[in-house]
Amino acid sequence: MMNFLNDWGLVLTIFLPLAGALVMMAIPKQSEGAIKLVALGAPLAAAAMGILLMLNFDYGDSEHLQFMVNKNWIELINSNFILGLDGLSLPLLALTLFIVPLVVIYSWQHVPNPGNPKAFFTLMLILETAMIGSFLAQDLILFFVFFEVTLLPMYFLIGVWGGEQRRYASIKFFLYTLFGSAFMIVAFVALYFLAKAPTGIALEQLRALGGSYADMQAGDPLHSFGMQALTYSGAAGIAKTTAIVIFGGMFLGFGIKVPMFPFHTWLPDAHTQAPTQGSVILAAVLLKLGTYGFIRIAIPIIPVAARAWAPVIGILAVIGIIYGALGCLAQTDMKRLIAFSSVSHMGYTMLGISTLTAFGLNAAVFGMVAHGLITGLLFFVAGSVKERYHTLDIKRLGGLLISAPKMGWILGFATMASLGLPGLAGFWGEFPAILSAYDPAVGLNVALFRTLMVLAAVGTVLAAGYLLWLYQRTAFGTPSEEFENDPNITDVNKFEWLAWSPILAGIVILGFFPGLIFNVAGPAVEVIARTVGG
Amino acid sequence: MIAILLQLLPEANFMSPTIDWHAIAPEMVILVGSLVLILLDSIKLDKAKPFMPTLASLVLLGALIPVITLAIDGSTRVLFGGSYVVDSMSLVLKALFLVSAYIVVLMSTNYVADGDYWESEYYSLIVAAVLGMLVMCSARDLLMIFVALELLSIPAYMLAAWRKGDEKSNEAGLKYYLMGVFASAVLLYGMSLMYGVGRSTRLDVIAENLVRIGDGRGAPIVTLAMIFVIIGFAFKVSAVPFHTWAPDTYEGAPTPVTAFLAVASKTAGFVALIQIVFYCFAARPDIIQPVFAVLAILSMTVGNLIALKQTNVVRMLAYSGIAQAGFMLAPFAVIETNREQALSSIVIYLVIYAAMNLGAFAVIIAITRKTRSAEITSLGGLFSYMPGLTVVMTIFLASLAGIPPFGGWYAKFGVWQALIGGNTALGYALAIIMAINTVVAAYYYLNVAKTMWFDEAPDGDTTPVKIPFTLIGAMGIAVVATVLFGVLPGLLTNISDFSPVAAALGR
Repeated sequence: MMNFLNDWGLVLTIFLPLAGALVMMAIPKQSEGAIKLVALGAPLAAAAMGILLMLNFDYGDSEHLQFMVNKNWIELINSNFILGLDGLSLPLLALTLFIVPLVVIYSWQHVPNPGNPKAFFTLMLILETAMIGSFLAQDLILFFVFFEVTLLPMYFLIGVWGGEQRRYASIKFFLYTLFGSAFMIVAFVALYFLAKAPTGIALEQLRALGGSYADMQAGDPLHSFGMQALTYSGAAGIAKTTAIVIFGGMFLGFGIKVPMFPFHTWLPDAHTQAPTQGSVILAAVLLKLGTYGFIRIAIPIIPVAARAWAPVIGILAVIGIIYGALGCLAQTDMKRLIAFSSVSHMGYTMLGISTLTAFGLNAAVFGMVAHGLITGLLFFVAGSVKERYHTLDIKRLGGLLISAPKMGWILGFATMASLGLPGLAGFWGEFPAILSAYDPAVGLNVALFRTLMVLAAVGTVLAAGYLLWLYQRTAFGTPSEEFENDPNITDVNKFEWLAWSPILAGIVILGFFPGLIFNVAGPAVEVIARTVGG
Repeated sequence: MIAILLQLLPEANFMSPTIDWHAIAPEMVILVGSLVLILLDSIKLDKAKPFMPTLASLVLLGALIPVITLAIDGSTRVLFGGSYVVDSMSLVLKALFLVSAYIVVLMSTNYVADGDYWESEYYSLIVAAVLGMLVMCSARDLLMIFVALELLSIPAYMLAAWRKGDEKSNEAGLKYYLMGVFASAVLLYGMSLMYGVGRSTRLDVIAENLVRIGDGRGAPIVTLAMIFVIIGFAFKVSAVPFHTWAPDTYEGAPTPVTAFLAVASKTAGFVALIQIVFYCFAARPDIIQPVFAVLAILSMTVGNLIALKQTNVVRMLAYSGIAQAGFMLAPFAVIETNREQALSSIVIYLVIYAAMNLGAFAVIIAITRKTRSAEITSLGGLFSYMPGLTVVMTIFLASLAGIPPFGGWYAKFGVWQALIGGNTALGYALAIIMAINTVVAAYYYLNVAKTMWFDEAPDGDTTPVKIPFTLIGAMGIAVVATVLFGVLPGLLTNISDFSPVAAALGR
């Protein structure tokens, strides 16, 4: 069993959805039953594989990569097919494997206009493979490929099944992300040429990787895209200014994806125009590729530059928090409001990351998962509201608790979780992130970070404001005349229950047992924090 | 008179060179094949017509066999006193030309027959042009390069004007011809100057002389000669500012011919540049690097910006081809510090570019069978009635835009690697300009994808059209190559690791 998992576990988890997509292409368009069966079966199979992996994961050793796969891929550039699972990847892998089947269940009756479930689910399965691959890849080029593969399916999901402005939103999403990743790949290539083998203990660790590293002397050119090797090198031999520029390339790639202020403008458009399923996946998983990239790649590989960039990241993060919150207060569209709240919430995650401490990074990892669940749920509910009311204009909604009480309560639950109510998952993503700014890594400007902390705390007040106001305007009161006796407005149906109840449970469980993530991710982020001296 | 001339010859010790027939077997197969095609046509006239495409395909694939046996043999063969060399790189390029031409023949089969154009001549001209391309791959001599260039160009001039009744096609042919001849003249002038200072037509001998001259007497002529030669080929690869013929010619020529020009003919131009630059001009990187940097930056930027405004998909591909040529020209600008990677990145780009561009043209031919127009708007709603074709086209477009997992990403990646690995300011600047251009290019490629996927069919006509078998074959080869090279670039890098070749040359 263990041998099987070691050799095939990660590969199967990544490629089972893709296999599903290939099978789906062979099924004729008319047999919707079979299509949906494959659409659900493939992510479930991947999830089952994931569960097996998690059951056999050595939690006492979560700072090390497990189930590693290392095969030759592109020999000429020494880029290999390296996969691995550690405490940092595991929560995000779990999140992806958890969300995608629920999205499929939700789509069972709701394949958005203009229909065509075959194409819709095929794209979604390709997207899942790309997302999982990004979280498991341990080679920069492999990561880049998976990272980029997410683009096209999402582009088509928004562009074909989206709202009225879908053409504009989809191309904007695409070009923004591509702009960032073009600079990211240039940064990766520069690392390949410039990074040298380190000295001291790191050199021993590097040699222990074997292969071409086994006989390396300090100062030898590394010529590697392996994340582990590059992390051990820690950008040794790269001048500080060069390192800062290289970090800048990655910052563009990951920062646009997060999205950080001022690169966030694609997000409200993409979210508002995307179909519900697209919004959920975008919010729950795709945004995390950016934050994950910072923690996994940018910070440990170029720690010198990370320290130089940390204040910039922190300041932009807090601007994002405040700006996103103020943006929320000005929105008239429910989905757009939730999108802006994402900008604000990802700001907390980035603030945690910018402290470069184990505490802050750990909070960020928790924040990613919590935001994924909560905002995913909010977008689900918004999608269902849209389906019933055919509008998300907050002014026209109201009285959800009367017309559809159960949905009203679920919306209430999600908003409470989102504003960081203790006892629910959102709290553990937000509160420690703010707290971590009190005590940033050694060498960072304490006064600056404490100021940021205060500002971020103000952000939580604003968050409570816009979320409660949203809830008040949509759920309280009596339904407006136009919807009063609308037969379309029904309460939560069984597919929605099936899709939502696991998320509800997840939010509560993580709220009460935050250790589930903190303990897994903790050791892994501690290693990273040590490399940057935090 | 003749007696006097004979006296001038060196004392009758002329010996015919020993010829390695195996080494030139691919060229011989093509030569004999093209003659057979012409003969058959003259003897059998119309009766032979239906067999012409098959025969041409057989000739092209037949020539692939000696290429493969030579590759298995693996040794570098030097013929004709060093002016003709068959090495691993030339074999990869020869295979590329043969397969590209085969795909073009597949694309042409129904197009030429349906359009009631001259058929037999069409195929014999294509095969003749391929002969020029094969010679180009091995030519290490100015004369040989020039002869090869003319041999591949002249059939192309005629092919561009193949739709006789169509004014646009006539314009295409004439424009291409005039520009091409002008470029040849410039090139020839540059070559004659080069012969003057280099005292030989052999590239390696010239290279030695260039090093000897250095900055001394004759240096200005060296500069002038190099610039003229580069400009001559810049026309051929449609680099800005020598690109003006390309869009009109591409639009007017029959679409399979356009594919042939955009891929095979452009590749031949690049092969010639590779020969001349890597084997000879590399001796003076200080002169050529800035020239290539300027050509590359202009081509990628101007090509992309104009492509943004195109409403006709063939013209769009023409301008995108100009931009792609810019990407391929960039590695020449780091030839001094990163010669090996520059060489292999250009060759890899050429191979992947051929696959994805031929594929895109094949899809356009298939679509225009229905729409009768190459306007981008006429592609609207294609996803709703021909989803398979739409997916295939999307793969080619995504590959051209450089999005993994399709081949184009690795082509661009290779160029980035060559540029950054050179570790020069010029290389870094080119890498960043290229990164920005990649994003610009993505917009117009996706614009086509957007029309196919998101828009409605313009006239509400959504009856799918039957795609001929040969065209499916052409698309199939292209799509398999595009995906395979993107997912497993190692397949390509293993055969295009020319470090031994690159290390040996010019040193």
